[in-house]
Amino acid sequence: MKKFKRPLTYLFLSIATLISIYPFFWMIVSMTNESVDVTQGRQLPGTHLFENLSKLFDQVDMVTALTNSAIIAIASTFLTLLIASLAGYGFQMYRSKGKDIVFNILLLSMMIPFASIMVPLYRLFGKISQTAPFLGIDTLTAAFLPTITTAFFIFFFKQNTKMFPKDLIEAGRIDGLSEIGIFFRIYVPTMKTTYAAAAIIAFMNSWNNFLWPLVVLQSPDKQTIPLLISNLGSSYAPDYGMIMSAITIATLPTALVFFFMQKHFVAGMMGSVKG
Amino acid sequence: MKQLMKKNNIGWLFIIVSVIAIGMFYFYPMFDALLLSFQSGMGANLEYVGFGNWSRLFNDPTFIQALINTTTYLMVQVPIMIVLALFFSVLLNDETLKFRGFFRTAIFLPAVTSLVAYSVIFKYMFSGDGIVNQLLINLNLIDVPIAFLSDGFWAKIVIIVAITWRWTGYNMIFYLSALQNIDKSIYEAARIDGASSFQQFLKITVPMLKPIILFTTITSTIGTLQIFDEVVNITNGGPGNSTISISQYIYDLSFKYTPNFGYAATVSYVIVILVIILSVIQFKVAGDKE
Repeated sequence: MKKFKRPLTYLFLSIATLISIYPFFWMIVSMTNESVDVTQGRQLPGTHLFENLSKLFDQVDMVTALTNSAIIAIASTFLTLLIASLAGYGFQMYRSKGKDIVFNILLLSMMIPFASIMVPLYRLFGKISQTAPFLGIDTLTAAFLPTITTAFFIFFFKQNTKMFPKDLIEAGRIDGLSEIGIFFRIYVPTMKTTYAAAAIIAFMNSWNNFLWPLVVLQSPDKQTIPLLISNLGSSYAPDYGMIMSAITIATLPTALVFFFMQKHFVAGMMGSVKG
Repeated sequence: MKQLMKKNNIGWLFIIVSVIAIGMFYFYPMFDALLLSFQSGMGANLEYVGFGNWSRLFNDPTFIQALINTTTYLMVQVPIMIVLALFFSVLLNDETLKFRGFFRTAIFLPAVTSLVAYSVIFKYMFSGDGIVNQLLINLNLIDVPIAFLSDGFWAKIVIIVAITWRWTGYNMIFYLSALQNIDKSIYEAARIDGASSFQQFLKITVPMLKPIILFTTITSTIGTLQIFDEVVNITNGGPGNSTISISQYIYDLSFKYTPNFGYAATVSYVIVILVIILSVIQFKVAGDKE
């Protein structure tokens, strides 16, 4: 029985691996081929990589999209980490009945589907546009403002703060640090791995976000990478080689982060369940 | 005592920005959507119409189609994905297995892609002259290419296959880490009692993983109820409206057709109601006492 099961296990896992990896393989191979070859199902690397890339950067405003995506993702990640970790720390270290109630109310927001609030959010930013156009509709700020704190990240930091040694806080107080000083001088440096895990998830969410930027960013020079790829993908005469280059470039940052920081990556993804 | 009060107040300073942001970007819009669902009109010219929007729902064929499609995705895709993820995690939990790390990484890899990027890839793979049809023809499984994207039935299948590809490995990682916490001696005891692998799976693994299965089922349910990126980028709701999802319909109502924010908000409350109902059912089914 056992002898029979082993090969089957390997067979199942190999098939699953093949199906999981094939789209990546096809994406990379197609990036190096001409559009015609891609349609004919060519499975071997070609010689058109540079041609596809130069077409991509000439015909499409790839640089602007990359810059916009990077600005939005970096700003969003930085603010999320700052604001959510302050809150997670506050909820855990200064526990009181009132704060526990507020925390539970904030958690409820995790159940709110984004699709159900996008229309009112759009209206809200419409109102903001009237008084502060630089924050309103069709600005990069509007693309990341709603994501600067989410209950998920507050929860994530609160859970991880449980492992933070309280002695360090007392030591800080004895050294005469202010409460906020303790947070920045002691807590932040000690919790580096927690921040790394959160940063990966926040960056990835922002880099890949599609629906909200689609709603709030309207002019072409505000386009982000997912919007650009979606546009390319819906063209009637797609240039496969060029589009696959765009998709590969879009996937590269998250794939690299995954391969080089696998532990933090998985820790971040699972953050909500532990503890 | 005074010092304690002061500390308590400082504590509020740490959380105040988050409270304002979540209030402003989550709870206020939820409330606004509720008010909007009783209003109608074009763009910003809205007036109260009572339950007009709500009764319109039941006579709106596009909404009913979107509701049916979304629940179809949900009821077919989530169970298949959860079972597959459980299956792979049990296979991979065997410490004597060779290439474990490789298999695990490979199956997880789809989770690093952006929803838009992988959707476009799947769209091309399943197009009329795409790689999947070429493969099926070369294997002599079919004579004529299948109209994957221009046939309502097949288009739904492609979307379900795509979501399953993207999320199975992601869920598997949760099960794998939970499996590592199960005491191996329980399985030893079961083996001595003559339990088959399948019995062990049903009687030990599944009950032990129940909380995490519940968690992943709820997150997947909320995710699939809101499905947007895949539908828009693989089929754009077509052919006809045969693959349109509720989220896409909300988007179309607000930003593609003549904007009707009131009715769009009503449709969006349907998602909220579904999320609540399904979460309650899942908690009840799992019999969680907490």
